[in-house]
Amino acid sequence: MNWILLIEQTLNGLQLGLLLFLLAAGLTLVFGIMDLVNLAHGSLYMVGAYFAATFTAWTGSFVLAVVLTLPATLLVGAVVEVVCLRTLYDRDHLDQVLATFGLILFFNELVRLVWGPAGLSVPLPEFLSSSLELAPGLIYPSYRLAIIIASLLAAFFLYWLVARTRIGMLIRAGASNREMVGALGVNIRFLFTIVFGLGAALAGLAGLMAAPISTVEIGMGENVLILAFVVIVIGGIGSIRGAFVSALLIGLIDTVGRAFLPDVIGGFFDDEFADAAAPALASMSIYLLMAVILAFRPEGLFSARNG
Amino acid sequence: MSDALTIEGLVKQFGGLTATDHLFLSVTKGEVHAVIGPNGAGKTTLIGQLTGEITPDAGTIRFAGRDVTGLAVHRRSMLGLARSFQITNVLADFTARANVALAVQAHQGHSFRFWRKAATDPRLIGPAEEHLATVGLADRADVTASSLSHGEQRQLELAMALATRPAMLLLDEPMAGMGPEDSARMVEILKRLKGDLTILLVEHDMDAVFALADRITVLVYGRAIATGAPEQIRNDPDVRAAYLGEETGDA
Amino acid sequence: MQMIRIGFIALVMLALAVVPVVATAIDEPFYVSLFTRMLVLAIAASSLNLVLGYGGMVSFGHAAYLGLGSYVVGIGFYHAANDGMEWALNGWLHLALAIIIPGLVALLIGAISLRTRGVYFIMITLAFSQMLYYFFIGLERYGGDDGLSLWYLSDFGSVMDMNDDSQLYYLAYGLLVLVLFVLYRLVNSHFGMVVRGAKSNERRLMAVGFPTYRYRLVAFGISGAICGIAGFLMANQSEFVSTSEMHWVHSGDLIVMVVLGGMGTLFGPVLGAVGFLMLEQYLPELMEGVCHIIGGDRCGIAGEYWKMVFGPLLILIVLFARGGIDGLLQGKVGRNV
Repeated sequence: MNWILLIEQTLNGLQLGLLLFLLAAGLTLVFGIMDLVNLAHGSLYMVGAYFAATFTAWTGSFVLAVVLTLPATLLVGAVVEVVCLRTLYDRDHLDQVLATFGLILFFNELVRLVWGPAGLSVPLPEFLSSSLELAPGLIYPSYRLAIIIASLLAAFFLYWLVARTRIGMLIRAGASNREMVGALGVNIRFLFTIVFGLGAALAGLAGLMAAPISTVEIGMGENVLILAFVVIVIGGIGSIRGAFVSALLIGLIDTVGRAFLPDVIGGFFDDEFADAAAPALASMSIYLLMAVILAFRPEGLFSARNG
Repeated sequence: MSDALTIEGLVKQFGGLTATDHLFLSVTKGEVHAVIGPNGAGKTTLIGQLTGEITPDAGTIRFAGRDVTGLAVHRRSMLGLARSFQITNVLADFTARANVALAVQAHQGHSFRFWRKAATDPRLIGPAEEHLATVGLADRADVTASSLSHGEQRQLELAMALATRPAMLLLDEPMAGMGPEDSARMVEILKRLKGDLTILLVEHDMDAVFALADRITVLVYGRAIATGAPEQIRNDPDVRAAYLGEETGDA
Repeated sequence: MQMIRIGFIALVMLALAVVPVVATAIDEPFYVSLFTRMLVLAIAASSLNLVLGYGGMVSFGHAAYLGLGSYVVGIGFYHAANDGMEWALNGWLHLALAIIIPGLVALLIGAISLRTRGVYFIMITLAFSQMLYYFFIGLERYGGDDGLSLWYLSDFGSVMDMNDDSQLYYLAYGLLVLVLFVLYRLVNSHFGMVVRGAKSNERRLMAVGFPTYRYRLVAFGISGAICGIAGFLMANQSEFVSTSEMHWVHSGDLIVMVVLGGMGTLFGPVLGAVGFLMLEQYLPELMEGVCHIIGGDRCGIAGEYWKMVFGPLLILIVLFARGGIDGLLQGKVGRNV
C-alpha cells in the first residue's frame, strides 16, 4: 500500500470536495430558499474562471485578478438575477429548467464569442508555484494547499454568516419554511438577491481558484454542476452543513476511488476485465453512492425542510 | 364494538409546539360527530393524522377494528375511510364526471389496464353519475372542474369522497367559503347521508354543526375539553369561555 | 380552431409520409436523412411526453435511454464483427433489446428517483443519466469517447434493408405511427387516467386510494422502453454510436421539444421535434440572412452563434407561449396553459 499516494490523493480529494462545497453551498441555498432550479449556476463558475484568466493576463498578477474577479462575477450574477431569474421565482420547476437551460446555451455562446472556442490556460501564481514537503517523502503543491486553506476560510465565513448574523438567521428560516418568512414581513426580494449574490460570489471564487489547475473551457461549468447537484441531493436541499459533509465525501470518493479502485478490482478479477471495467466503475462510484443513500433517505442526509 | 373510530392518547409536536396533546375521542357508528374549536386548536393536524398524511408521535388510532396509526394514506381509503379537503383539492383539468370516475376506479381493483378507454367505461361512469346526482351536480357532469363555482367544487369534493364507498367520512370544513344558500344546500345533502355513513365533521359554521351533529367534541390547544350532545356543549361553561365567547346569542 | 389544428397536424403527418418520394424526385437525398432524424426524435420526445406532458414528471435523463437503445445496435455490431457472432446483428433482436433494456434501466432509475419530488427528482434523473454517460465512456472497447462506426447495420434479412435510406425512413415512420397509437390508447386507459391524475393532483389521488408510486413507475418504464426504439433507429440512421448522444444537453433538448410542441398532447412531440430540428438547421442561415439585410459585415460569423439566439428564444417561449405549437393552434397563448 502506497501510503504517500494515499495521503496525496486524500488531500486532492479534500481539495476537490472543498471546491465542490463552494459551488454547492450557493446552489443549495438557492434551491432551498427560493425553490429555484438554476441550471446556469455552473455558468457563473465558468465566468469566474474566464475572468480570472483574463485579469491575470492583463495585470500579470494573480492576486490582482482575484480582487477583480470576485466583484465582476458578483455583478454578472446580479444582472442575471434581476433580468432573468426574478420572473422565474413564481413559476413551476419545468419553466425554470427550460429558462436556465436557455441561459446555459446563451452563456456558452457568449463566452465563445468573447474568448473564442479554444480553452485558456492560467499560469500558477509565482508565490504558489512550488511544492511543500509536508512530511518526509510527502511533497504537495502549495497552490493546492492554498485552495484548501482559502476554501476552508470561505466555509468558516459562510458558517459565521449563517449561524451568527441576522441575515444568516433569515436565511436559515427561509430554508426551513419560505412562506413563513415572507408572512413575517421580511423583505423577501432583498433576501433572495442577497442569497443569490452570495451563491454567485462563491461560484466565481471556486471558478477562479480552479482556473490554474484545470482546463478553462466552454462547458466547464456543466460538468462540475452535476457533481454539485449530487452533493446537494445527498446532503439535503437547503442544508449547508449537509452540503459540506457530502461535498467532502464525494470529493474523497471520486479522487481516491479513481486512484485505487482499478487496483482493488484488479485484485479480484483478471486484468482484462479490470482494465475495461475499472475506469468506468470508478467514475460511476459517486452516483452509485447517491443511489444507495437515496434508497434509504430520499430527502438527503441533513434535510433542512420541516414537515 | 359500536365505535367506528377510536383515538387514544394521540400526540403530535412540531418543534416546540404541541398540536395534538394526548387526545382521546371516539366516534360511534352511524353518528355525525362534529369537532369544533378556535383557530390553532389543532383540527387540521388531527385530520392529517387521521388520514395518514401526518405521523403521530404517540398514541393510537383504531378504525374498522384495526390499528391504523401508521397506515399509508391510500390504504386507509381502501379500508373505507374517505376524506374531503378543506381547500378544494379536485383535479382541476378533469371534468366533474372524470373526477368522480377516477375515485370510483380506485376501488375497482387495480388500474393496470392499458387499452380500454376509461372515459366510456360503464362500470366507472354509472356510479360516477349516481354520486354526482347525490350531491346535486348531475347537470354539471361535463364541466371542467376549474370552471365550477366554489360551492359546486365543494360538492364535487364530497362526491369524490362518496365515490370511494366509504364506511366513514372525514369532512374538513365542507362549508368553507360558502355563502348561506350553498351552505344550506350542503347541509341538506349531508342530512340525507346521515345514518348510512359515519361522519366526522370539522367545521366552523355553527348553524351547520348544530343542525347536523349528534355529538360535538370541542378541541382547544390539541385537547378535547368537552364532548357531548349539542345542547350540553352549548351550555358548558368551559366551552363558552374558551370558544363561544361572551356573546351567547339565542340559547 | 379545432379544424385548423386537425388540418395542420394531418398536413404535417402527410408531408412526412412523402418525404422520401419528394427527396428522390428533386435529387436531394440529404432531406431523407434530416427527416429521419426528425422522426427518431419525435419518437423520443413522445416517450418523454408520456411522463412529462401527461405525467408531470420532469425527467432530465432521457438521453440515457436513447443512448442505451443505440448501444444495443453498437454492441451487437461489435461482437458480430470482432467475435464472429453473426446472430448479434439480427435486427429483430436489436429492436427487442432496444425496448427491453432501456425499459428495465428506466424501471431501476425510476424506482429510486420517484421516491423524491420536485427539484430533487429533476437532479436525480440528471445524475443517473450522467452516471450512464460516464459508464459508457469508460467502456473503451465499444468506442468510449470516440464512438464506434457501424460497418454493418441491424440485419432484417430480406424483409428490409437498413442501408437503404428510404426503407429506414419508412420503418421510422411506421414505428412513430405505432408509438403514437399505443400512447393514444395508453393515456386514455384506466392506467393513463391514474398517471394524468397524479400530474394534476397526486395528493388527491392517494386520498381516494391510489398507490400512485407504482403507476408512475410503470409509466416511467414504458417511457424508457419507447425511447430505446428511437435509439435503435438513431444508430442505424447515423451508422455510428457514441456517448455524445447520452450527453445531458440532449435530455434538455428533448424537454424543449416536448414543451415546444405542446405538452400532454398526442402530436405535440412530433411538432416539437420537427420545429426544433428546423430551427437547428435553418436558424444559422436565417441569422446570416438577417445580418445581410441589416447591412452588417462578416455575416458568415453571425450564423455560427445561432445558439445565442436560440437560448433566449427558449426563455421567451417559456414566458409567453407555454402551450407550445399545439397551444397556438388551439388559440391558447400565455403562461397558464
